[in-house]
Amino acid sequence: MTAISPAVAPPRRVVRLARFRDLALLPAILVLLLVGVLIDPVFLTATNLTNVMQQQTELALVVLAEALILISGKFDLSLESVVGLAPALAVVLVVPAAAGGFGTGWATALAVPLCLLVGAAVGAFNGLLILRLRLSAFIVTLGMLIVLRGLQIGITGGQNLFELPPSVLYLGSAVWLGLPASVWMTGLLFAAGIGVLGYLRQGRALYAIGGNVDAARAAGVRTDRVVWTVLIVGGMLAALAGLLMTGRLGSVAAAQGDGMIFTVFAAAVIGGISMDGGKGTLFGALCGVLVLGLINNILTLAGVSAQWIQAIYGLVILVALMLARLTTGKAQD
Amino acid sequence: MTMPGTTAAVEASGISKRFGATVALADARLTITPGSTHALVGRNGAGKSTLVSILTGLNRPDSGTLRFDGEPAPAPADRRRWRQHVACVYQKSTVIPELSVAENLFVNRHAEAVPGARSPWIRWRALRAAATDLLDEYGIAVDPARPAGDLGVEQRQLVEIARALSAGARFVILDEPTARLDADAIQRLFQRMRVLATAGVTLLFISHHLHEVFDVCDTVTVMRDARWVLTAPVSEIGRDALVDAMTGEGAGSIAPPSRQPITGTAPAVLDVHRLDLPGGYHDVTLTVRAGEIVGVTGSGSSGKVALAETVAGLRRAAAGTVRVRDVPVRPGSVPAALAAGIGLVPQDRHREGLVPLLSVAENATMPIGDRLGPGSVILPRRRAAVASEMVARYDIKTGDPAEPVANLSGGNAQKVVLARALSTDPDVLVLIAPTAGVDVRSKQTLLGAVRDAAAAGTGVLLISDEIDDLRHCDRVLVMFHGEVTAEFAAGWDDAALVAAMEGIR
Repeated sequence: MTAISPAVAPPRRVVRLARFRDLALLPAILVLLLVGVLIDPVFLTATNLTNVMQQQTELALVVLAEALILISGKFDLSLESVVGLAPALAVVLVVPAAAGGFGTGWATALAVPLCLLVGAAVGAFNGLLILRLRLSAFIVTLGMLIVLRGLQIGITGGQNLFELPPSVLYLGSAVWLGLPASVWMTGLLFAAGIGVLGYLRQGRALYAIGGNVDAARAAGVRTDRVVWTVLIVGGMLAALAGLLMTGRLGSVAAAQGDGMIFTVFAAAVIGGISMDGGKGTLFGALCGVLVLGLINNILTLAGVSAQWIQAIYGLVILVALMLARLTTGKAQD
Repeated sequence: MTMPGTTAAVEASGISKRFGATVALADARLTITPGSTHALVGRNGAGKSTLVSILTGLNRPDSGTLRFDGEPAPAPADRRRWRQHVACVYQKSTVIPELSVAENLFVNRHAEAVPGARSPWIRWRALRAAATDLLDEYGIAVDPARPAGDLGVEQRQLVEIARALSAGARFVILDEPTARLDADAIQRLFQRMRVLATAGVTLLFISHHLHEVFDVCDTVTVMRDARWVLTAPVSEIGRDALVDAMTGEGAGSIAPPSRQPITGTAPAVLDVHRLDLPGGYHDVTLTVRAGEIVGVTGSGSSGKVALAETVAGLRRAAAGTVRVRDVPVRPGSVPAALAAGIGLVPQDRHREGLVPLLSVAENATMPIGDRLGPGSVILPRRRAAVASEMVARYDIKTGDPAEPVANLSGGNAQKVVLARALSTDPDVLVLIAPTAGVDVRSKQTLLGAVRDAAAAGTGVLLISDEIDDLRHCDRVLVMFHGEVTAEFAAGWDDAALVAAMEGIR
């Protein structure tokens, strides 16, 4: 053939570069750990760090879901309402009427599968509206966010559910091998997600669809089917996050998950996930969650008054976004 | 063109396809011998792209048969089998910019990079090695680990060709591959095409530049008006015969009423002096006099549209000046161009011409808001009166000027754009492809209105590649690769004009 030039760079250097982009947030995490130690020695104790991790598992799972959806070029705001509705609906179906249930009296062992099923159903319905009816993902899921929150309030009469069967409480409160079960599960799910997105054809299809949907279709990717699956998996992950939160707090609050979606997007974008699709890694997203979790913990330990913590937290998110923009040198879209 | 005893690599016969009321293909046919490089030529709307979409399995023909190497074409849903038969390098890039070159080569068939691999997990190292081998095999000097989005046009195209061939296809369609390449890159592409042809790959080459067909192809098929016209070896068909086949000499084009030659004393209204835009056009000087209609034509990469958009203020030239009635126009500003007396009918009426949800009246009167009431106030009654007058004058078929402009047909929407451009009584009217996608009757109305405007003293710059539009011009300038290469006075010969547009001199 013609004109062969040896311009091909050795692959090893490039691998390092790609990893480097993924590890961009690690220095920030190290700095935060250092700041934490300086502020309060309690910070570096196993108990505190375990607490930080356990508190972030719910956020992390929703970020995992949102990251998958964003990478495939779509959008889901309704996840935060699934966090509340899925466990609430599962609980009212299994607890007796006296505890606020429907009186259906289904076996309590069904609670966890029911919860995940609700999440899957919401994802499937979103997919129906977005992919079949070709509605805007933003408006569809904004509408669903409101509808699902309203459903939860309607079903529970706006009350928190306190009398929960042990099967609902177990996952969010159990401890396996010295670490909370929720931390194990979140870690395993992220590992699985990283594996699938990095090493399976079906996972790479998400990047192909988010990057150039026509090209993906031309390459034989069944784009609608993949996106639909992602939306369903996203709903199930959000439902699981709700279950963990319920187990940790011992109740299903009427406002469970309320307002969470903004933090989810912040963590995803800080972690390098593009709002335009096709870009970012789950490892980056996980780092984004850790950064936000550490900041939250440090603000609490530093004794910032509860009235101010929200404003400062928001400000920190904005600064983190600006820093991410400056360090990567690319516009965030 | 099939030799007796050999099986054609591609054989399409009797292919018909309708989209709604439009006949996109009527009894189209195409036969390509294995290992040959076949050209498919025809003017815009001749049916080339529909035929390509049928050859690649993206559209199903309404009737007709399609065979690859003698076998019937695969089922429409079986994308895998299609990819083994045929691959297409589209004008629009189909690489995924965020993914590496290596992954783009094997997208959605990662396992094929590692023959014999049983597990579904991707082995990246093996995939990169396979990509390196593939790129080396075709002599493409691209780092497989680079994101594909960083590549230039030429390299992306090469990656797409390599991907097509690695999927096992021995038949590759190149849809206007030269449109976005510079001259050197085109030569390198041709060199590659020759090497591939020697290796037995069958190529279908689509281009608007006939000289490229003579450079690189063995046989040529001409299409016109959705039909097959002829297939012949390139060595046996002359350039003139090819141009005649494409234009369909004397094929029902009605000569417009001849125009009074404008008087030699008419003042120049538009003066374009040594205008230069890198990547667009180079050193263009032209003059349009009051009452004159000057046509500018050329192929898609000729820079004619960029030139017109510069005159109208949508683009800013790197050098040179535009003057209207001897007053320099501030470059790169549409309001300045409007104020200087330049009206524009933009290329894409949907994107740049109209606000679809606003009414016909609002769209038509947009530039003259200041004349519809005191100060910035727009009096609805006055606007309605002005709009009704426009609807009558330009024969816009609308039930009510208050209806959204999106409800109008293509031709009528274009009349609204023209009405708007003329609403300011401009000294200069610039029209870019004003009759694209417009039916015959509306074409006549539109061009009639342009002639009326010229008769009233407006200088018209008409950018078009429709020969029938250009017949209305007093003279026609031909651009090729950014330069004005020829000028024809009214009464030109069609074949000579088309030859100039296609770069055959």
